[in-house]
Amino acid sequence: MIPSLPRSPLARSATVAYVAAFFVFLFVPLVVVAVFAFNDANYPAPPWRGFTLDWFVAGTASGRTGLFADAPLLKSVATSVLVACWVTVLSVAVGTANAFLLERADFRGKSALSLLMLAPLVIPGVILGISILAFASRLAQFADDVWGLDLDFLRPGLPLVVAGQFSYIVSIATLTIAARLKRFDVTLEEAAFNLGASRAAALWTVTLPYLKPALIGAAAISFLMSFENFNTTLMLVGSDPPLTVMMYGRMREGASPVLNAVSLFLMVASAAIAMVLMRRPGARD
Amino acid sequence: MAARIATAPGASRSRLALLLLLAPALVWLVGLVVLPHLELAVLSLRARVAPRVYELSLNQYRTFVDEPLYWHTFVRTAVISILATACTLAIAFPAAWYIAKIARGRARSVLFVLCLIPFWVSETVRTLGWMILLRESGVLPRLLVDLGITPAPVEMLYHDATILVGLVYTSMLFMVVPLVSALESLDDSLIEAAYDLGGNGWSILRQIIVPHAAPGIAAGSIVVFMLTLGNYLTPTLLGGKNSLWFTEQIYTQFITRFNWEQGAAFGFLLLVLSTAIVWAGLKLTGQHFGAVMRRP
Repeated sequence: MIPSLPRSPLARSATVAYVAAFFVFLFVPLVVVAVFAFNDANYPAPPWRGFTLDWFVAGTASGRTGLFADAPLLKSVATSVLVACWVTVLSVAVGTANAFLLERADFRGKSALSLLMLAPLVIPGVILGISILAFASRLAQFADDVWGLDLDFLRPGLPLVVAGQFSYIVSIATLTIAARLKRFDVTLEEAAFNLGASRAAALWTVTLPYLKPALIGAAAISFLMSFENFNTTLMLVGSDPPLTVMMYGRMREGASPVLNAVSLFLMVASAAIAMVLMRRPGARD
Repeated sequence: MAARIATAPGASRSRLALLLLLAPALVWLVGLVVLPHLELAVLSLRARVAPRVYELSLNQYRTFVDEPLYWHTFVRTAVISILATACTLAIAFPAAWYIAKIARGRARSVLFVLCLIPFWVSETVRTLGWMILLRESGVLPRLLVDLGITPAPVEMLYHDATILVGLVYTSMLFMVVPLVSALESLDDSLIEAAYDLGGNGWSILRQIIVPHAAPGIAAGSIVVFMLTLGNYLTPTLLGGKNSLWFTEQIYTQFITRFNWEQGAAFGFLLLVLSTAIVWAGLKLTGQHFGAVMRRP
């Protein structure tokens, strides 16, 4: 119960113990991953055999392959970054257009459209993946039959991965940007028009600067969600796997502490992005 | 049409603006959501009678009913998902209560951010953490031996309970955040009043807190259930060969066996189950889909 009501000391300490246990539960898996990135053993398991940086820096010659010598793993990180950049740019651009559509325009079927925009959030990612895979394959077949074209980008590969991730991440970007646009005071724009601004100038100097925190927030969320996506990506991936798919494959084969090393790297990177987001008030809503 | 855009000069120009704004949304929704799902529906309802000749058929759905493995997996996935949602709610609620109602000032925002941090990290990394903790040579079995609780390390991976722990862990954020925001808006004086009127902990929880937090509970449960049902990574890695998760069947049919018709039918069944339970959850709590999803 709340602090203003009387509580027995027992209840009080039980509450604190519960909350402490809750946070231990949340952080133990992450701490374990980080710690075993530095264990001097070929397998990420106890006992502790001493501190080493091998899993980051060792070259292939030493019998251990560190993160920075593991070419396939590094390539998959680069692939993930490339995909995430595309998804971010597309999601923020389309999300902004959608936000204006939802908040400023008025047309028949708008409420149906706005509900449809939320639908990708309740479709399981695996199904988004297979449906896009099947549809793209139908389009490719059609192009081949009718025009004799071989459209490579419709085959499993990075363009389809981008499309699959974009199909639901843009819903989140739309919600984020529309929520802020809703609170925008339209009289500010009208004032700009009265002062002689063109539509474009008003948009560029008044509305978009106001939206900036939401745009940055949407971009960061899109980037992270794309980088972390597994379900949709797994269905659409071709010959060059992004990091999550690569890690999944290796985790099934067995474990090497190099996975801990790359995970630690990810944790630091995500924490950095989170910090940027948290320090901007208003960006989170 | 285009009422507010029409504050600028020229109705035809605002019409053009509307079309330009509509274009990306339509390309996205029609090209990546509606048509692909129609394609999936068509795929699931056809059978190959000769090379490149198909006819309408319910064969795939019949296979699902006739083959116990398939519908067992389906029911199992649904039951574990409901169980995981209930566990997540039960574990998250007291923590959310503490953050929203007991913690004050800086401690409260620090705790809230601490809840978010693990989920900025990829699910792959979190699952790796659980694997290192729970496998036979891992941290927890070792600890149990060192403490003298078990004589030899026990394999803690590949059990249903392991899958449940993994799913609850991975869903926690999606429950804590809506719960905290629902509980924050509850006025403390209501609880004080209920207490003064003779309410005890249980009756206050049931009559004041839960009704007030219902939108947050519904939002959190719906999102958690959906994500759990559609999860692939956690059940396959923590459950191993015994995981029997329905998304795995979809993957096997689609990618491994290249039986797209069967995979499409499974996909549709999962989609129907997910939609039905989300819909039932909304109905039971009297919520609207749009309002729940727009909650921050």
